[in-house]
Amino acid sequence: MTTTAQFQQNAVPAPVLQLTGIRKSFNLGQPNENEILHGIDLTLQPGEFCAVIGPSGSGKSTLLNTIGLLDRPTAGSLRIHGIETTSMNDTELTDLRGHQIGFVFQHHHLLSAFSALENVVMPMFGDAGFVTLAMQERATALLDTVGLLPWLHAQASHLSGGQQQRVAVARALVMQPGLILADEPTGNLDSKSADSVFELLRRVCQEHRTAVLFVTHNPLLSARCDRTIQVVDGQVIV
Amino acid sequence: MKISSWQPFEWVVALRFLQEGKVQTLFIVTGIAIGVAVIVFMSALLTGMQSNFVNRVLTGQSHIQLLTPKETAEPLDRHLSGTKTLSMSIIQVPLQRFKSIDQWQSLMIQLSGMPEIKVVSPAVSGSALALRGEASRSVTVTGVLPVFYFKVIPLQEKIVAGQANINSESILIGTELASDLGLTVGDKLRLTAANGRQLLLTVTGIFDLGNKSANSRVTYMALRNAQSLFDLTGGATVIDLVMNDVYQAEITARKIAQLTGLQADSWMKTNEQFFTAVKAQTTANTAIRFFVALSVGFGIASVLVVSVVQRSREIGILRAMGITRGQVLRVFLLQGGLLGLGGALIGSAIGASALYAWQHYMRNADGTVMFALKFDTTLLFQTLVLATITGLLSAFAPALRAARLDPVVAIRG
Repeated sequence: MTTTAQFQQNAVPAPVLQLTGIRKSFNLGQPNENEILHGIDLTLQPGEFCAVIGPSGSGKSTLLNTIGLLDRPTAGSLRIHGIETTSMNDTELTDLRGHQIGFVFQHHHLLSAFSALENVVMPMFGDAGFVTLAMQERATALLDTVGLLPWLHAQASHLSGGQQQRVAVARALVMQPGLILADEPTGNLDSKSADSVFELLRRVCQEHRTAVLFVTHNPLLSARCDRTIQVVDGQVIV
Repeated sequence: MKISSWQPFEWVVALRFLQEGKVQTLFIVTGIAIGVAVIVFMSALLTGMQSNFVNRVLTGQSHIQLLTPKETAEPLDRHLSGTKTLSMSIIQVPLQRFKSIDQWQSLMIQLSGMPEIKVVSPAVSGSALALRGEASRSVTVTGVLPVFYFKVIPLQEKIVAGQANINSESILIGTELASDLGLTVGDKLRLTAANGRQLLLTVTGIFDLGNKSANSRVTYMALRNAQSLFDLTGGATVIDLVMNDVYQAEITARKIAQLTGLQADSWMKTNEQFFTAVKAQTTANTAIRFFVALSVGFGIASVLVVSVVQRSREIGILRAMGITRGQVLRVFLLQGGLLGLGGALIGSAIGASALYAWQHYMRNADGTVMFALKFDTTLLFQTLVLATITGLLSAFAPALRAARLDPVVAIRG
């Protein structure tokens, strides 16, 4: 049974994200073994907008990569919608990631060879193998939501930084994931654009009841989140 | 460009990646095209040359010639005693008598029944002196039955004056002999054999076999005349065979030699040096194809390796979106296949144009085509398939590398 099917059959409402004693070490078993995350516990409910703050090198990105199923934890339990992920194989993790987790990176990371619309369609396209009209309509509606309807067919590389980040937000939302991981999405934007992207993410995620982990160094933005967790030396201080 | 609903994911991404790296794509496709054009042109050229040479060789001779076995002398003591005594002796090589093939008529019927043999033609062949006035030339006389022999060597196509008419009073001679003896169609020519017999015949046709030496030496007359000239009434010294597959001649010759005890010489054996040259050419052609394919393969692989490095961040993003390793692998394999196929299509067009130019501009001094080149559609199809497979194989290592990229490392760049 696929992880998506497991998720769909899970009748009992569960937290979107549940981390228990998550540890992550690099160079495991070697003399230079380095533990970055030291037993992190964290729970996120649907629609919750949570800021993640902390100094550089504290383990924020490692935490996000682990939650995003891009990296495997060394120890602990990681549940997405109640489904334990630590024992999953790569295919199952990819499937779960594709359907339940959206990413917004600091550097928008759009596919430059594709238009704004195509970038947003891409996760659905990859999942289904072919493009349908319904997919294009959904992507268009999302781009409309983020205010980019006039730039639907503009090449991604021709958009401004703020516009590209909006496309990235729309792309993160297109699969209707339960969780969005935003790793300093406003870090490279001017304050006006940063504020605009933040508000957009907050509004759209509230509408879709999507939980968000929002990494930021900006105290003004973190203050506007539902709650803030601080990561210091690989540990979460609530 | 819009994504159509019939286009699969891997196809769309592969095409866009190739389109985005226009310069890289253009250079590698050009490289592949040049390689493929070389293969197409060289193959057609060598095939054309070989078939031209083979045709030239085979228009002047049969595929297999059956002759009476050579007489050999053996010391008697080898037969008389079973001892290991070593005797010192000088064995004189016997003279080869001019004699007929035993039971050649029944042998002809037997050979005609073999499925690999198309034509069987008996002949009497020997040397004589051609005399006209005070001039004389040593010639080879071949007495034939025209109904069979013209299927072995189409003499009627080689006639430059008169007609290929062989009857009891006529003789066909080559252009050089005609020039040497000052003969034209209708002139009389006296032939004298070593046994003293003479024949006076009328020149009815002058031929050009495309070989100066043959044109000065070879003459054709009726079988009965040759039998009479060489005192071989009812005999035949040679049986010429034409095969359905010329390249099976040597195998069939060995088989017939074993069955009949006759000396069977295939055209391959009598033209051994030429055949070795043909084989060397074929080997060289194969080697050229192999090395061109190898360089095309390495070219594609190197471009895709660079592409994987350049696109590692995009690969990471795709993986983060839920794109599987298999899909990433297929995207890069497809790029390799598309580069191979695209290059092969352009290369084939260039090769075909070069062949057309060759046919059009490379001519003999008299304006005739140097030799016919054929644009082989089978070769074209093989080249397209091979280039695509080479592209896929070459892309495999870079594609595997792309599929195995750790998304975290890839996104970090």
